[in-house]
Amino acid sequence: MKLSRKFVEDYIDLDKDLSITQIAEDMTSIGNEYDFAGKFVDCTNLVVGEVLKCISHPDSDHLHVCEVDVGSEVLSIVCGAPNVREGLKVAVALDGAHLPGGEIKKGKIRGVESNGMLCSIAELGLESKFLSEEDKAGICELPLETPVGEDALKVLGFDDEVIDFELTSNRGDLQSILGMAYELGALYHKKVKKMELSYQENEKNIKDSFKVDVQTPNCSLFLAKRVENVEIHESPDFIKKRLMASGIRPINNVVDISNYVMLETGQPMHFYDADRLGDTLVVRMAKKDEKLTTLDNVERTLDEEDIVIANQKEAVGLAGVMGGLSTEVEFDTKNILIEAAIFDNVKIRKTSKKILRSEASMRFEKGLDPNRTYMAIERSCHLLEKYANASIYSGMVEYHPVNTEEKKISLEYSKIERVLGISIPREEVHQILNDLGFEVHANDTFLEVLVPSRRLDISIAEDLIEEIGRMHGIDKIPGKLPTLDARVGTYSKVYRDIKHKLADLGLNETCSYSLIPSNEVHQFTKDEFESILLESPMTSERDTLRYSLLYSLKEIYLYNKAHNQSDISIFEMGKGFYKENHEYKENMKVAAFISGNYYVDIPSKKADFYTMKGIVEELLDYLGFAGRYSFVKDDAIPNEFHPGQSASIVVQGKNIGIMGRIHPNRIKENAYAFEINLDELLSFHPSKMVYQDIAKYPSIEKDFAVIVDKSVESNELVKCIKKNGTKLLREVSIFDIYEGDKIAENKKSIAFNLSFLDQNRTLTEDEVMAIFNQIIDKVVGTFKAELRDK
Amino acid sequence: MDKIKEVLKLLESEKNTIQDLKSLEEMKVRYMGKKGLISELQAGIKEASDKKAYGMELNTLRNSFLEFYEEKKQAFENSLLEEKLKSEAIDITLPGRKIKKGSLHPMTLITEQFEDLFVSMGYQVYEGPEIESDENCFQKLNIPKGHPARDAQDTFYLKDEVENYLLRSQTSTAQVRAMEENKEKGPLRIVCPGKVYRRDEDATHSHQFRQIEGLVIDENVSMADLKGTLELFCKKVLGEKTKVRFRPSFFPFTEPSVEVDVSCFKCNGKGCNLCKQTGWIEVLGAGMVHPHVLEMCGYDSKKYQGFAFGTGLDRFAMFKYNIPDIRTIYGNDIRFIKEFDRRDV
Repeated sequence: MKLSRKFVEDYIDLDKDLSITQIAEDMTSIGNEYDFAGKFVDCTNLVVGEVLKCISHPDSDHLHVCEVDVGSEVLSIVCGAPNVREGLKVAVALDGAHLPGGEIKKGKIRGVESNGMLCSIAELGLESKFLSEEDKAGICELPLETPVGEDALKVLGFDDEVIDFELTSNRGDLQSILGMAYELGALYHKKVKKMELSYQENEKNIKDSFKVDVQTPNCSLFLAKRVENVEIHESPDFIKKRLMASGIRPINNVVDISNYVMLETGQPMHFYDADRLGDTLVVRMAKKDEKLTTLDNVERTLDEEDIVIANQKEAVGLAGVMGGLSTEVEFDTKNILIEAAIFDNVKIRKTSKKILRSEASMRFEKGLDPNRTYMAIERSCHLLEKYANASIYSGMVEYHPVNTEEKKISLEYSKIERVLGISIPREEVHQILNDLGFEVHANDTFLEVLVPSRRLDISIAEDLIEEIGRMHGIDKIPGKLPTLDARVGTYSKVYRDIKHKLADLGLNETCSYSLIPSNEVHQFTKDEFESILLESPMTSERDTLRYSLLYSLKEIYLYNKAHNQSDISIFEMGKGFYKENHEYKENMKVAAFISGNYYVDIPSKKADFYTMKGIVEELLDYLGFAGRYSFVKDDAIPNEFHPGQSASIVVQGKNIGIMGRIHPNRIKENAYAFEINLDELLSFHPSKMVYQDIAKYPSIEKDFAVIVDKSVESNELVKCIKKNGTKLLREVSIFDIYEGDKIAENKKSIAFNLSFLDQNRTLTEDEVMAIFNQIIDKVVGTFKAELRDK
Repeated sequence: MDKIKEVLKLLESEKNTIQDLKSLEEMKVRYMGKKGLISELQAGIKEASDKKAYGMELNTLRNSFLEFYEEKKQAFENSLLEEKLKSEAIDITLPGRKIKKGSLHPMTLITEQFEDLFVSMGYQVYEGPEIESDENCFQKLNIPKGHPARDAQDTFYLKDEVENYLLRSQTSTAQVRAMEENKEKGPLRIVCPGKVYRRDEDATHSHQFRQIEGLVIDENVSMADLKGTLELFCKKVLGEKTKVRFRPSFFPFTEPSVEVDVSCFKCNGKGCNLCKQTGWIEVLGAGMVHPHVLEMCGYDSKKYQGFAFGTGLDRFAMFKYNIPDIRTIYGNDIRFIKEFDRRDV
């Protein structure tokens, strides 16, 4: 909302010493933020001059050298405008003047001294929508009677100041000069002046020749008034300048008055050419695919959600948004039908969002005060009579089914302190409410407050407390920490610990989008699920919620690889989404992706399957699942993994994740990934961390190596060893794997270290050897192994 | 006896000739070996007239030798070690051996920092789901269908679920859940960090970002308590010198509502590009929980009142780490991520 200082000063006397920035800051302190505060036309050192002499530039075919009287002196100025001539009164930018295009400095133009610039309107930096062809084509010609040396901006009426407010959505009342006047009045303790509404009526009555038929509940008030014999011409200068300072382009006196009244009262108006309209107006919902060409000459296609104003033939206006072209006021218009109405704000919001945001729709959307609707009709008649010589019909066509009741709110004094945390003297409370135009009836413990009809945002006691708080000054409330019962704060520590552990293991955390392309959502998983799509996505690249995080990590890998980063070890924790039995589900997941160098001290050794497996094992051990998980080949491994280098991660018989090498048809390089469903993993309780007695007696260590078929899994051998190891066998570890020249091609050698221990005594070599030999016999027998070393 | 004196004399004269460990060991053999000078003298005790005196003399000789031997040996060994150490000198300016290190994402760093601060004041971190009902995201926050406040938050609805199910556009939804889940409808003290989604994308907006929301409900918490809490928060996060300003504002779910500005941390309030020459940067929205919201979530608004606040975590991360474009945060360039592999201060 652009507020013109001159405009609002019609209704309130502001201190002349008060700068526009100060006003803006003061308004901000009571909740009305602004984007800009300053001069409407940001120029300095601009005076009225008279062209005394104008001769052709000796060295140019279009430049002129002028002698210009600027009051204090006569300056020589070179000018290129086609309309410059002797005797003109012009706006002169003196040496050092600031214009939007830059600073004006003395200098020579093609060898001739020039001590300033004669300005066109366009050079003052007005928005181009306000400029006529004339304004752009040549320097501006001031009335000949203008005194030389005067401030040219003042003469032009551009000496206004504006504040561009960013209003909160509850304060529809501030989208009007009157509303702003009330707010400023409350701020500076000033009274708001009465608006002039008087006019004469002629003997004709509108009700005899015109009727309104409201067919939808989405219109709660509709008023129509008729005027005749308007004279259409340019608006008076003050109207044009106020419209411009408010951001609206002047058109002609009649159209300008409709906008002027909207700005003053906040009530959007529409003026129809009464002769082209006919004698009936219907307010109804549009038909499906009904067409309407609006004032801006664009054909709009409507539907049943849009409210239209129609005559007996067709729609003539899109209610609350814009009028129709067919009944537009034009230069030959004589008779006018004035409409002021209130339409359902939600419907207007929907229509304007779909079709067009206008000054009118912005006001309808936030709700309107019916009293202002009546006021706007009267104000329009007053101005049309005064500035368009209109003759006004008596009577008014009114549709006003519901009378709005006065709003009364009671407020306990004690509640003010309870909510704000400070005690404000009762006199100040009364003063604030009175300043804002509330009527206050007080007794010992509470106030009864009558809310002015313009304040649609005030309906409960807390609203009044906010008014009291903001006018008193929120900044004046001293902050303190709440006195609450002492309590232990909590957070989901396990998620944090997992992230920190993975970072400790050398992985970098990423943060990617939950939305991915729909054709990717079933990748990196064999789970069957219903994916979740968006209704209207921004792009097809982000139209579905991810189920697995691995698509995102793969994309991050590819992005970085394209930027010549080949050593990638990343992880992410986030949610996977799916739908099941009409319910939306979310699972917390953690995934990692590594490729390239992982071991800093052995650059030649790249990350492989066992690197990734080691990371998963470290994580699971850290979380308290040591000894309770295994890696198995099963049907759950997705096709995006290398079939021979991948595994399901199983905890106590339940699949909680997958890991392995990404299939070379996805990523050529060796890249490894894992993903764990944390909701599933953490459904198991981690083992307790309890101390195990350190052995008092020495252990006996035994090593042996066997040659077996390559297809034999080490895990099977370990199981067999453990099974035959009795309770004295405490640990089995693999310390060497060999495949190569020294053994047959389809064989491998695995070397084991066995550790035997009894907590209560020293073992003898003989008893250990007995068990050891038995283990070897079993392994050799079961796996057709060849004992290589013992 | 004379022989002993001779050997002693010989010993004294030989002492200076010993230059290294090898000749010292040879000398030891000459004197102390089975056929060495001292061993021979030992045999001569049988012929000595005064055996006791002979023995004593011989002992003096032996001790004199051993003392010399031990001292000399130690000296030779010391100098050998010194030489060895000298030869082992390395270039200490070469870089240390790196151990593979990972890093946490800046969004994690900032979230943890915020969580820790509030947890230290007894808040419970509460995270709700990212898929929400329109009811929880809007209606129970006093934003009915058609409300203009919905415009600011262009929402992603799920397919075939318009005005029904959505990706939450604000973490305030978690407040609604926490209030409803609190069966006793008693005091509540929570912060809710998490991902939120809006249909918006440019240098300062991402369609996915993070917010943190706080809510305190008790019988007597007031605007003054809210101010004190947020002043503390801003100072702890942005520095003790930070100035904090409260402005009245409007949010449908709070009444009264405020916006919180902090003195610009780039120019310290003098005015710069970041603060658009105002010296202030808007960082938080807050207010007293609207009584309708309390009632809709099952609380007795006559007995309980509360305050709530919310802010964008991404914005804080951008301010704190001087990240100019929000897309950098979600771009996941490994070079960007690796910059955060250290302790935050």
